[in-house]
Amino acid sequence: MPARSMPAVPEIPGVLKRHWRLVLYPVGMIPAVWLVWQGQHGALGADPVNVFERSLGLWAFRFLLACLALAPLRRFTGLNLLRYRRLTGLLAFFYASLHLLAYVGLDHGFDWLVLWADMTHRYFIILGMSALVLLIPLALTSNTLSMRLLKRRWKFLHRLIYPAAILAGIHFFMSFKTLNSVSAPYLAAMALILLSRLLPRSQTGDGI
Amino acid sequence: MALFRYPRPLPSEITPRNMYLSRRSLIGGAAALGAVSASADAATLQTHVGPYSENLTPTPHEDVTHYNNFYEFGMGKADPATQSQAFHPLPWTLEITGLVRRPVRLDVEQLLRSPAIEERIYRMRCVEAWSMVIPWDGIPLATLLKDADPDPRATHVAFESILRPSEMPGQTGALSGIQWPYVEGLRLDEAMNPLTLLALGIYGETLPNQNGAPLRLVVPWKYGFKGIKSIQRIRLLDHEPPTTWNRLAPDEYGFYANVNPQVDHPRWSQATERVIGAHSLFGAKRQPTLMFNGYGEQVADLYRGMDLRKNF
Repeated sequence: MPARSMPAVPEIPGVLKRHWRLVLYPVGMIPAVWLVWQGQHGALGADPVNVFERSLGLWAFRFLLACLALAPLRRFTGLNLLRYRRLTGLLAFFYASLHLLAYVGLDHGFDWLVLWADMTHRYFIILGMSALVLLIPLALTSNTLSMRLLKRRWKFLHRLIYPAAILAGIHFFMSFKTLNSVSAPYLAAMALILLSRLLPRSQTGDGI
Repeated sequence: MALFRYPRPLPSEITPRNMYLSRRSLIGGAAALGAVSASADAATLQTHVGPYSENLTPTPHEDVTHYNNFYEFGMGKADPATQSQAFHPLPWTLEITGLVRRPVRLDVEQLLRSPAIEERIYRMRCVEAWSMVIPWDGIPLATLLKDADPDPRATHVAFESILRPSEMPGQTGALSGIQWPYVEGLRLDEAMNPLTLLALGIYGETLPNQNGAPLRLVVPWKYGFKGIKSIQRIRLLDHEPPTTWNRLAPDEYGFYANVNPQVDHPRWSQATERVIGAHSLFGAKRQPTLMFNGYGEQVADLYRGMDLRKNF
């Protein structure tokens, strides 16, 4: 094997090569742990609940972007990272769920009257919640067994990520009072990725 | 409050103005490198406890000066404290013009030595559903307006902040869609209400840049964005003036912007508020928001017979 003839390159232990998930899932959760730690040590500033809640939402949006970027990345650069779609998609769902939990529990102290009014009156909240609801069946069927059982329907079902991304994008845009240098790059990236899916596929396209 | 207050000259009285300014830009430069804190050049004000101050526990000085909305210095809450070091609040002239019999031009450095400065501890409720308690030092706006002698035709007061992109980095970005300078307005009777304050300081010292130096409006029964900062011009008018946030999102921010737990913002409830100052994620507090922010006794009469849902 050529790898053996190049001792300068440290070898990735075989266990990690086969079980990269064991490493990458915890790595993806570091921001959540870091935010909780900061929150408990006064490092999130004067309004920690607000910063915590917004940061979790931003991480959900980042992972959603990463997940959606993998197909165009292969199409336009040839770099194939498609096997990380499940990882990034599940992490997006993980952060979106924590984001909701922070809003329901930490911010509103499970005040169901306030929450019900939010869910029935405010487009900002309805859009964000709808995006999360659309991600639930995707998370539930993200395993190989579901892929095998659902066959062609699996691919169709997982196109729900596009409406989810659009809803999340509008929710994200609305979470700021004005368009600004924080949100604009994320929104531009999301728009580019979604638009790239509308480009006509080449003859050799494989439908990814 | 400090136990002892003694007369102290302002830095500008000691040092010639041009020297003073160049020294300030040195300080500003050093502060930009993180060497000097924002409050390093705050001067002590002579102030006395005024009426309407309640027995409330003030929010820590650190939070009052490092958790700010002042978009001229950036959109993050921490931006105003870090991005405002190059701003020169003095010298400063405040103009009171429009429908007045005696237009006024005030030297703010003289105003800072006025014996009329009093302490007012007020609740501050932000439209974003958080609140603080701030010990302001200032002069009732009515005192200054009376000096200008309003014409009987005047019904409204317009306030204009400063346009100075060279010292206010937030004014250079075109992204926000905000039309600078920041403008605000009140009805004349609101402006003459004894609660309405022109603040020159907090915590017994001159206003830090990030809090609206050298002088700003404080209208404690209204959402914080009505409290326009770094005011240069006050004009009396016979009509309602345009206001910055109302111009940007009229369905979200009304002209009146009275604190009202029953009228929600389109994106969130205004029934409760997050109390600033806990600094702990799981120890943070939420409390009920009070009608007119708790100042109904003094101001409810101003709105008798008005539909506060329509005039939000």
